[in-house]
Amino acid sequence: MHAVLRAIFEPGFFTSSLVALAVAVGTLVAIVAGVIGVFTVLRGQSFAGEALGDIGAAGGSSAYLAGIPALWGFVGVAVAAAGVMELIGIQRARGRDLATGVVLGAGFGLAALFLYLGTTYDNTTGATVTILFGSIFALNSSILPLLALLGAIALGTIVVLYRPLLLSSVSSELAAARGLPVRLIGAAYLFAMAVAVALSAVTIGAILSTALLVGPAATALQLTRRPGHAIVAAALIGIAAMWLGVLLAYDSYYWPPLRHGWPVSFFVVTLILIAYIISRTVGARRAVR
Amino acid sequence: MIARARALPLTDDALVVDGVTVRLGGRTVLDNVSCSVRPGEFTGLIGANGAGKTTLFRVILGLEQPSAGSVRVAGGGSESSGRGGTDVGYVPQKFQLDPDMPLRGRDLVGLGLDGHRFGLPLPSRSRRQLVQEMLDAVDAGAFADARVGQLSGGEQQRILIAHALISRPKLLLLDEPLANLDLRSAQEVVGLVSRIAREQQLAVLISAHEMNPLLPVMDRLVYLAAGRAASGTAEEVITSDVLTKLYGHHVDVLRVHGRVIVVAGTGHDEHAAVEMGGASVEIV
Repeated sequence: MHAVLRAIFEPGFFTSSLVALAVAVGTLVAIVAGVIGVFTVLRGQSFAGEALGDIGAAGGSSAYLAGIPALWGFVGVAVAAAGVMELIGIQRARGRDLATGVVLGAGFGLAALFLYLGTTYDNTTGATVTILFGSIFALNSSILPLLALLGAIALGTIVVLYRPLLLSSVSSELAAARGLPVRLIGAAYLFAMAVAVALSAVTIGAILSTALLVGPAATALQLTRRPGHAIVAAALIGIAAMWLGVLLAYDSYYWPPLRHGWPVSFFVVTLILIAYIISRTVGARRAVR
Repeated sequence: MIARARALPLTDDALVVDGVTVRLGGRTVLDNVSCSVRPGEFTGLIGANGAGKTTLFRVILGLEQPSAGSVRVAGGGSESSGRGGTDVGYVPQKFQLDPDMPLRGRDLVGLGLDGHRFGLPLPSRSRRQLVQEMLDAVDAGAFADARVGQLSGGEQQRILIAHALISRPKLLLLDEPLANLDLRSAQEVVGLVSRIAREQQLAVLISAHEMNPLLPVMDRLVYLAAGRAASGTAEEVITSDVLTKLYGHHVDVLRVHGRVIVVAGTGHDEHAAVEMGGASVEIV
């Protein structure tokens, strides 16, 4: 038994403070992304989520250039971009992808500029990888309070708006007929999504952040018929992918031949993909029955 | 009998539409439309596509502001609209859900009860019971636990009707509920709604471009054409005189085997049309 455990958990896994921090941050982020991601999928806004992540890269890289934690940049720019997308009219289905795409392109252009400037001055490429693909083992514990606060704000928005948001995600017509301010609800949701994307970017990078937002949610939707269950399942799937990803990344330091360590993001995203494929297979089988 | 001549207000009406005019993009969609609906009455809102049926519904729901006139909904208190909740039940025309949407019919009906409230829904026995009673009332118990997006059109209509009725509105609006249903499902939905209207003293306003399926159950109808309305019983409204005045040109009404066929134009016009209860068929 002991030998099995030792084979699974390489030495130092449970005593490393970096691992502990990674697991704490990863858990928090997986919960927020899973809960909010269910609505992203219901509302068909995954492209907007992807755009917010890519635009967040500009924020993360500018924060790096300014010498402050990347989280500030991710959040500030993603929330600002959500505001711009709302103003352009992302809520209307037509023109929504166009508006998103235009803002996305501009954001990525800025990210390219900042990363170029940053790496030229510093003569290092580490920042590019950190911003775009994340590095959960390199976090500073000082960002934990801010992470927790942002997570609480995003989850609080969902808790308060849960029923109106669900109804307007199912049918904006039914929601409007009940006198609900559909556009305002959509805007509030967009901001919560921007925060969730920024949190994901801290763990698995700006480019991959939507995988954590949309993947567990899409998987959960295959497995249950009830919205509440889907939300809980999405959070659990996200947590599982994050924990396993951290463990595999830690273990990979001991893997031959490189003994160098593979990125957490790779494992997390791959695990989510595997879970999604399994859920599709299970879902399809159920549909046949 | 042209609606404008109707004496207003009747205090026990569930809905009073008084001289409503709506202009959208420079076009007059509704022109001084008046009508009223009484509790327990099944009223058809008949007109061709584009006659302004959905616009009138939007005005009643408070989603469109009329440039003149007013709408009064019983129990609403406010003069202008039924906006803000549960006084008016509404079943929209187009309702398409992703088959993967994790939402059971039961959940959608529950959202009809408290979908406008903030906070998380707390599970309670009385809420579950209310939802189950409503599902039973529309004979939807058998498919209430399937995903709404995977139900047939007729089954979705029942769930939507339950969603609209569970908050106990005085007025139920159904926008073209029969448009995408086969004849049998359409008859079932019509029968269901007319039964509930009588049982619960509910006023029903149901729009359709084809009036014939509704003729057996309609107490009264509102006929919309060219933005104007005539209302009364089918015998009063569906006459050559009334419809000729409404359309502004000659209209014949044929009654064949219990069906009504409206023929607009004399046949010498270039654009004479046969309307079978509003659905026009061009005659060349």
